[in-house]
Amino acid sequence: MSSSDERHDNPQDLHENGSQSGVSRRNFLKGSGVALTIPLVAGGEKIVKAAGADVPVLGPGKVNITLNINGASRTTSVEPRITLLDALRNDLDITGAKRVCDRATCGACTVVMDGNVVYACSVLAIEAQGKKIQTVEGLEQNGRLHPVQQAFVDNDAQQCGFCTPGFVMACKNMLDKHPAPTHEQIEMGLGGNLCRCGTYHGIKAAVAQAARQSRRGGRRNG
Amino acid sequence: MHNFEYASPKTLDQAVALLGGNWGETEVLAGGTDLLSLMKDFIVTPKRMVNIKDIPDLKGIRMVRDGSARIGALATIEQLIDAFSKSIPAIAQAASGITSPQIRNMGTVGGDLCQRPRCWYYRAGYGLLARDENGQSLVPNGDNRYHAILGNNGPAYFVNPSSLAPALIALKAKISIHGPNGKRDVDAEKFFVTPTSDSAREYDLKPNEIVVGVSIPSTLGVRSATYEVRQKEALDWPLASASVAIKMDRAKKVTAAGIGLGHVAPVPWNASQAAAFLVGKTIDEDVAAEAGKIALADARALSRNAYKIQLARVAVKRAILQATM
Repeated sequence: MSSSDERHDNPQDLHENGSQSGVSRRNFLKGSGVALTIPLVAGGEKIVKAAGADVPVLGPGKVNITLNINGASRTTSVEPRITLLDALRNDLDITGAKRVCDRATCGACTVVMDGNVVYACSVLAIEAQGKKIQTVEGLEQNGRLHPVQQAFVDNDAQQCGFCTPGFVMACKNMLDKHPAPTHEQIEMGLGGNLCRCGTYHGIKAAVAQAARQSRRGGRRNG
Repeated sequence: MHNFEYASPKTLDQAVALLGGNWGETEVLAGGTDLLSLMKDFIVTPKRMVNIKDIPDLKGIRMVRDGSARIGALATIEQLIDAFSKSIPAIAQAASGITSPQIRNMGTVGGDLCQRPRCWYYRAGYGLLARDENGQSLVPNGDNRYHAILGNNGPAYFVNPSSLAPALIALKAKISIHGPNGKRDVDAEKFFVTPTSDSAREYDLKPNEIVVGVSIPSTLGVRSATYEVRQKEALDWPLASASVAIKMDRAKKVTAAGIGLGHVAPVPWNASQAAAFLVGKTIDEDVAAEAGKIALADARALSRNAYKIQLARVAVKRAILQATM
């Protein structure tokens, strides 16, 4: 990327702003998805001598990375600055995790990494390699919603729905760790997600329903 | 975010060798929850990121039978809650104050200690010392509702954002640092410094040094607590916090005490006079309240933050009562 456009915080923003062409960024990426899975550049790596060892230094150009997402291995090519969230959404077309604050605050980008919830906006894609990443897309199995997803539907736990994928992942992870959560565990487990519509009442009801189901052993597809 | 080159060294010496000799050239990447946000706003613009998460020496929490503990810089905030909720509540309670599980899972001990100020002038690009074109700080007459009430004679008026540091000061912990010349240990209190220029840092680190861990001396018989006064229970920084560590004899008289204050000064504040006042006393509500008054005796409000003085007094009082009752 040249220095003239460096004030844009990622190159995808440029495409988004220039969408007058009638081709949306997502449709464009969908159309070219096959091409994007082919490794683009193998460069962007040099070896630096550090304390007597050869340490690879990657970037600033694109480097090939492989991510384990919902059990599948996905390869793409990104600059080191690209976050896991932007790699998921813009390079791999996995758009469940949402980009809202992009500052480790709102929780809309929540994914599960090696069994723990994280903000995908604050993990670099390059450092997420070798980790098991689970997004909301990985919950549904054989056309059946995960009990947490079903509980959100049953309890009207969303209005605009933009925070929902993050909340669903946070709820699922909290219930995996505390199948019979106390009030405090619910507050601590969901404290990293915000809903600007204020549907917390519905979300708490959804948690209660999903917890009842998980205690009855109804949750087996997570 | 500006682009950068990225390395994941496997040893501390490699990491140190990959770091630059000047601030701003390189950054250490651990949890990334603060650093990446700063980089997205172009407040921090490193040319190289050194990811230290592949260095095994920095991981783990070790409790020793004498009640001392050794915490690796990469220990996560969540791990602190699990490890210390019974043994050293001041640490576990401070960690619990970080109310987002995502941050607790990603954020590390080293990152909490080296977290940059949350001052909104700094975060909005006015520089660490928030000065106007004449070199005058914008803070004393600006929107300083969350700024310092102690140690605020300038040039810095922000508050140190660390959740853990007040507890580490109360517990008389040491912070271990690794650099080109090997390892050195610093008292938790002395690790933090008030910067005098925009390019300085708020801690005693050279650009090519890394925090490797924290050592807590024996906590046998130590009662400890952290109390945060908050605007809301959800994810936010406290308005004021206090951590205390108190030892008492059989007659319940205090034999040793430490008190650290958070979010009141450009450094985590060692309220040593208030701690000295407690020694020899039997704790009750009046004694705890008096300690709060002594801790804030030197406080001086800026134009809009006088309320914080009373909040900090109350934090001290409640932390003492929580630890000892």
